[in-house]
Amino acid sequence: MTNQIETPLYERFAAKFEIASLQSGNEHLRALRQEAFDIFRSTGFPSVKNEEWRFTNTLPYLKEAYDLEVVTSELSKEAFDQTAKLIAAHLDEVQHSIKGEQKGAYRLVTVNGRINNDLSVLPDAKDLKILSFLDAEHEPAFEQHFGAIATVKDNAFTALNTALYTDGLYLEAPKNKALDRPLHIVNVILADSAVFLQPRHLIVVAAGASLEIIETVITDKTTNPVFVNGVTEIAVAENAHFHHYDIQTGREGIRLVHRTEATQAAGSNYSNYTFTLPGADFVRNNLSLHLNAAGLESHLYGLYLTAGSQLVDNHTEVHHKFPHGESNQLYKGVLLDKSKAVFNGKIYVYQDAQKTNAFQQSNNILFSEKATVNAKPQLEIFADDVKCSHGTTIGQINKEALFYLQSRGISAQSAKKMMVNAFAFDVTEKVKIPALRTYLEQLIAAEMSKHEEA
Amino acid sequence: MLSIKNLHAGVEEKEILKGLNLEVKAGEVHAIMGPNGAGKSSLASVLSGRQNYEVTEGSISLDGKDLLDMSPEDRAREGVFLAFQYPIEIPGVSNINFLKTAMNEIRKYKGLEAMTAKEFLALSKEKQKLVEFDAKLVNRSLNEGFSGGEKKRNEIFQLAMLEPKLSILDETDSGLDIDALRIVSRGVNKLRSKDNAFIIITHYQRLLDYIVPDFVHVLSDGKIVKTGGKELALELEERGYDWIKEETVS
Ligand SMILES: Nc1ncnc2c1ncn2[C@@H]1O[C@H](COP(=O)(O)OP(=O)(O)OP(=O)(O)O)[C@@H](O)[C@H]1O
Ligand SMILES: [Mg+2]
Repeated sequence: MTNQIETPLYERFAAKFEIASLQSGNEHLRALRQEAFDIFRSTGFPSVKNEEWRFTNTLPYLKEAYDLEVVTSELSKEAFDQTAKLIAAHLDEVQHSIKGEQKGAYRLVTVNGRINNDLSVLPDAKDLKILSFLDAEHEPAFEQHFGAIATVKDNAFTALNTALYTDGLYLEAPKNKALDRPLHIVNVILADSAVFLQPRHLIVVAAGASLEIIETVITDKTTNPVFVNGVTEIAVAENAHFHHYDIQTGREGIRLVHRTEATQAAGSNYSNYTFTLPGADFVRNNLSLHLNAAGLESHLYGLYLTAGSQLVDNHTEVHHKFPHGESNQLYKGVLLDKSKAVFNGKIYVYQDAQKTNAFQQSNNILFSEKATVNAKPQLEIFADDVKCSHGTTIGQINKEALFYLQSRGISAQSAKKMMVNAFAFDVTEKVKIPALRTYLEQLIAAEMSKHEEA
Repeated sequence: MLSIKNLHAGVEEKEILKGLNLEVKAGEVHAIMGPNGAGKSSLASVLSGRQNYEVTEGSISLDGKDLLDMSPEDRAREGVFLAFQYPIEIPGVSNINFLKTAMNEIRKYKGLEAMTAKEFLALSKEKQKLVEFDAKLVNRSLNEGFSGGEKKRNEIFQLAMLEPKLSILDETDSGLDIDALRIVSRGVNKLRSKDNAFIIITHYQRLLDYIVPDFVHVLSDGKIVKTGGKELALELEERGYDWIKEETVS
C-alpha cells in the first residue's frame, strides 16, 4: 500500500500480535482479532493521502518509542496513592461547582483503561452491571455485540485496537432500569515513560433502560508521551436512552484517537456530548451512529476549545437506514493561538430512510490569525422525501459586540470570556446536568484566562 | 466636566471630525443636532473609544483626565456612557448577567465592594420601574430579538443602572413610540442631577420638549457651527440646516 506509513511502531505491533495471538483462548475472539490485525497489517497507520486523514497527520505522534505493555492488573502502592490524590483533587474541582446543588454521581475509576474498584463508588449491580472488559467475554450481550458494532474496515486504528486492546469497561444497563444518578467515569492516565494504551469498552443499554455517563480525564504531571487508541462500542436497544458526556482534557504529551460507534434500535435516543479542551497535543474523535430502525433520535453535540499548537479533529458519521429517523448535530469550535481544528460530518440517508430529519451545523471562531480550521459537511442522500440541512461558518469574534460590552465598563478580557461562553451556549445549554454545565462553563472561562493574549 | 478642544478624528484616512470644540459642565444638558453624516455618531464613538476611529489632533478631557489615553472600559468606569444609535444584539449573553458584570467591574475600579445579588436585584427592580422596562426582557439575551424601541429602552435602563457622569444619547428617540418617548424622557429627567451631564443627539425637536436642554449645538461637516439655547431647536425644525451653512460660509 502506498498510503502506508512505515514506522518502527508498526513493526513492533506486528511482533506483539504474533505473540498475543498464540495466547488467546476464545476461538471466536481469536478469529475476530486476527481479521482485524490483517486489516491493520495491510493498511498500516493512515497517512494524509487517506481522504479521512487529509488534514490530520498522525506521523509526528507515532514516532515515540512507546511502551506497549504498560497496563498491569495491580497498581503499585505509590501509583495507588498518587491516583487517589489526583482523584481527590479532581473531584474537588468538579464538585466545587456541584456544591449543594445535587446528589452527585456514582464514580467509576479506570487507571490506564483498567477498572480500579478500590477507588470507585459503584451503583448496585442489579441497576448497572459493571465488569472489566476482560472479564466480560462470556456475557451474552458481550458475545452478541463485541466487534459487531465498531467498523474495522478502512479504520486502521480501530482494527489495531480490536486486535490488541488491553482492557476496558463492560457496562450493561438492564432492561427498564434507570440509575438514580449519573455514572461519572474518571479515566486516569499514568505514564512513567512513553506509553501506548488501547482501552476497549462496550456499553449495552437494554430495552427501556436509561443511562447517563460523564467521562472525565485525569493525567499525571509529567510530559511523557501517551498515545491512547480507544474504542467504545455502544448498543442502545428499543426505547432506551443514553446520554453520554465526554469531557476531554489532558496535558502536553497526550495523543488521543478514539472511535465511538453506536447502534440504535426503535424508539431509542442516543445523545453524545463531546467537549474538548486545551491540554492534549492531539485529539481525533470518530463518532459513528447507526440508526438501525425506524423512529428514533440521535443528538451529537460538540464543543472544542483549542489552544497552543493543539490539533483537534472531529469526524462524525450518521447512518440513517430506516424511515422516520431524526439526527441533530451541532459542533462549535473556538480556536486560540496556533491551534488547528478539523470537523467532518457525514450524513448518509439510505434509500429506505424516507421522512428522515437530519440536521447538522458547525460554527467556528478563530481568535488568532495563526489558528486554522477545516470544516466540511458531507451529505449523501439516497431517499427523496427527507429534510436535511447543514451549515458551516468560520468567523472572527464580533468586534462590535466586544466594543459594546467594553463601553459598559467590562474589561476586554471578561468581554471575550462572555462572548465565548455565549458562543458555546447553544452547546452547553444542551447539557442536562446543571452541575456539569457549570463545571464546563468554568473550565472554558479558566482556559480563556490562561490565554490572555487571545 | 467634559472639555473637547480642536478635535480632529477620522476613519481610515477619511477625516470626519474637523476641529470640534465643546465644553459641557456638570448639571448641563446639551443637545446636538445636524444633518445626516455630519459626524454626530462619530463624536459619540470617539468619546467612548471605538477602536476604528483615529484621533489626529486635539484633546478630550473628563474632569481633568485625558480620555483619549484610556481604553473603552476605563472611560466607562470613569463615567462615560453611550446609549447607542444602533444597539447590537449579543445572543447568549444574558442581559442581567452582563449588567451585573459591568456594574461590579465599575465598582471594583472605584475601589467599591461588589454588590450582593440581593442589592443588585433591588436596584434593578427600581430602575426597571423608572424606565418601565419589561421584566421579561431583563432576563433575555442582550437585545436579542428586541424590537427597535425595546433596544432603546434597554439602553436607558442600563444608563439608569450604571449612573454615569456623562451620558451621550445617540438618537435614542428614533424608533420610540410617543408613550415610550415620554417614559424614557421622564426617566432621564429623574436621573438628571447637578453632578452629571447629558449630551443628546437628535434630529427632532420633540424630544427636547421633554428633556429641556441648556444648549443646542449644530454639528455640520465635522464642526460645531452654531450654538444657541433651546429655541434654536425650534428654529431648526422650521428652517432646516441650509441657512446655517450659508451663514457660516458668508
Ligand atoms: N467606519 C467608517 N468608514 C468610513 N466612513 C465612515 C465610517 N463611519 C462613519 N463614516 C462616515 O463618517 C460620516 C459621519 O458619520 P456619522 O455616523 O458620524 O454621522 P451622523 O452625524 O451620526 O449621521 P446620522 O444623522 O445619519 O446618524 C459619514 O459620512 C459616514 O459615512
Ligand atoms: Mg448618527
